[in-house]
Amino acid sequence: MAMTEPHAAAMAPGLEPTPGDGISDVVEGRPLRVDAMKRFTRNKLAMAGLIFIFFLALVAIFAPLVAPYGFAEFAGESREAPSWNHLFGTDTTGRDIFSRVVYGARVSLKIGILTTVLTLIIGVTYGAVAGFFGGAADSLLMRITDIFLSIPYIVLAIAIATIFGRSENSIILVLGLTGWLAISRIVRSSFLGLKEQEYVEAAHAQGFKKSRVMFRHILPNAMQPIIVYGTVAIGGVILSEAALSFLGVGPQSPTPAWGLMVAEAGSGSLTSAPHMLFFPGFAIFLTVLAFVLIGDGLRDALDPKLK
Amino acid sequence: MTSVTDTAEARTIGPPTDDRVILSVQNLRTSFKTDAGLVKAVDGTSFDIKRGEVFAIVGESGSGKSVTAMSIMGLLPQPPAIIEGDGVFWKGRDLLKVSEDEMRKVRGGEIGMIFQDPLTALNPVHTVGRQIAEMGRIHENLSRKQARARAIEMLGLVGIPQPNSRVDNYPHEFSGGMRQRAMIAMAITCNPDLLIADEPTTALDVTVQAQVLEVLLRIKNEIDSAIMLITHDLGVVAGMADNVMVMYAGRQVEFGTVREIFYRTRHPYTLGLMASIPRLDTDEQDKLIPIRGAPPSMIKLPPGCSFNPRCDFAQDRCREEEPALRLVTGSSHLSACHFAEELEGADLRAVHDWSEP
Repeated sequence: MAMTEPHAAAMAPGLEPTPGDGISDVVEGRPLRVDAMKRFTRNKLAMAGLIFIFFLALVAIFAPLVAPYGFAEFAGESREAPSWNHLFGTDTTGRDIFSRVVYGARVSLKIGILTTVLTLIIGVTYGAVAGFFGGAADSLLMRITDIFLSIPYIVLAIAIATIFGRSENSIILVLGLTGWLAISRIVRSSFLGLKEQEYVEAAHAQGFKKSRVMFRHILPNAMQPIIVYGTVAIGGVILSEAALSFLGVGPQSPTPAWGLMVAEAGSGSLTSAPHMLFFPGFAIFLTVLAFVLIGDGLRDALDPKLK
Repeated sequence: MTSVTDTAEARTIGPPTDDRVILSVQNLRTSFKTDAGLVKAVDGTSFDIKRGEVFAIVGESGSGKSVTAMSIMGLLPQPPAIIEGDGVFWKGRDLLKVSEDEMRKVRGGEIGMIFQDPLTALNPVHTVGRQIAEMGRIHENLSRKQARARAIEMLGLVGIPQPNSRVDNYPHEFSGGMRQRAMIAMAITCNPDLLIADEPTTALDVTVQAQVLEVLLRIKNEIDSAIMLITHDLGVVAGMADNVMVMYAGRQVEFGTVREIFYRTRHPYTLGLMASIPRLDTDEQDKLIPIRGAPPSMIKLPPGCSFNPRCDFAQDRCREEEPALRLVTGSSHLSACHFAEELEGADLRAVHDWSEP
């Protein structure tokens, strides 16, 4: 069976909508996503966030064209202040900070998006199973999340980084394995409510498999909080990545991770070379803010009560 | 426990011998474990449904009508439900014993189900066409194109105008009556032999009810299936049903053809149901007679006949001895009343001005 993404069939080619045949007694109703799109585009802050992320993605994709130097290239003297040659100055080893921030967009977006995808896959499946089956299975699964919640993630991160070495993949693994708890709870509570709906009962009565009922009939109705959470989570992951890099758990030099750059600047640079701290820090700040703004915008746009 | 073993017509346990019978429910007992005790939602129900017939189950809310249907379809989670019985025979198999995989093929494929509230029984995030097409995709392995063509055909069959464009509408773009038609379309996509319609018109405007019932009857003849109609609307029963089973507090209290039930009523509860609905063909002065009291607690049924606290004819015997379901008139008219024979003459005319069925 071709398992497609929930909405795929509705939009799949070959299912082209038949144009109205002159007699238009068809009540014009719009699917939620059309309304949501309208509300989202009216939200200026959210649009600003979206445009920023779009711009950042372009920068990341075309990093070699944008950056004047390589991210590991020794391009100048140590700790040069910003100038026309080095827009953001240079770091201790004389690498161009502007180039490193540009390449860093790749690292941050990659870590942010991949980690969030991982947390969503784990968290949504876990929460869906717990909420759908309920009862003893639910209690057991929720106790397991309680155990996970009580493990300090910094300790887990250091443990994983020790085993797998310091790299981007370790960071993704660490944040992925610790980040799915919140979303699993959100999905679980959505499922607990939605599984009582009559259309779910109808889906059972139509002889569909449990997995199909869960992921094709209930999940699409539970997407709103997942989308909102996922968007905000990308920002959160980028922030956590910075924190872990700062603690020395993240990727190793010369990887141009923003958090690592802040860490390398060290506390001493605050007075002597503040640009080393400021530019990567500001990149983190703007990116996280943009994702949070988009998430807020989506929350408002997808809430049918605000219609 | 009521039983049908005392009936004049002794039932044989096992697959039905009459090959016109497609569904034979035998001594079905469904109960639920609750903190307050065991709730016997269905307590020893037996009936046969023949090919092409309309079989109505009538009763108040909580009388076990829907639970009977859900038990047959295996839709009740166990636990908390406990489903027992001598068998639910469907096409030579006992549905109480088949595997979940096989049961899934029966659901939707061989038995279609129409739900009470079309406003909530359609998934709001998928187009109507997609939901109908899914039936064909799952049960008959149709391709996407074939399934869509089938969906359009089904929408046309249930009387949706311009099915070609309507197929891409979302449920919220359909009116209530159209949604119920879409539900019917979904239920008949795989040519089921039995349609279970659980209060199919209750949530609809009166003006639309008749249309939907008309569609249901026409479809039944077109795809040659039987209908199990669950309702509390005696008007609907009079207009559509061949055989009627009246349920009260989880038990069968009367069973017969629609003529027997309406013209030769042999149970006070059925009489009460009929007296409590308005009729167009009587004097304006005639008052409606409600059934007094409320349905009993299913956890603590009154001793004797469970209807006795609300019965106008109740006597001491009714409070002590539980009446068995027994043959009262004709060859298949059963009633669970000690004094069924004395109800002769208490006949009420049909609520619905109907001619010969």
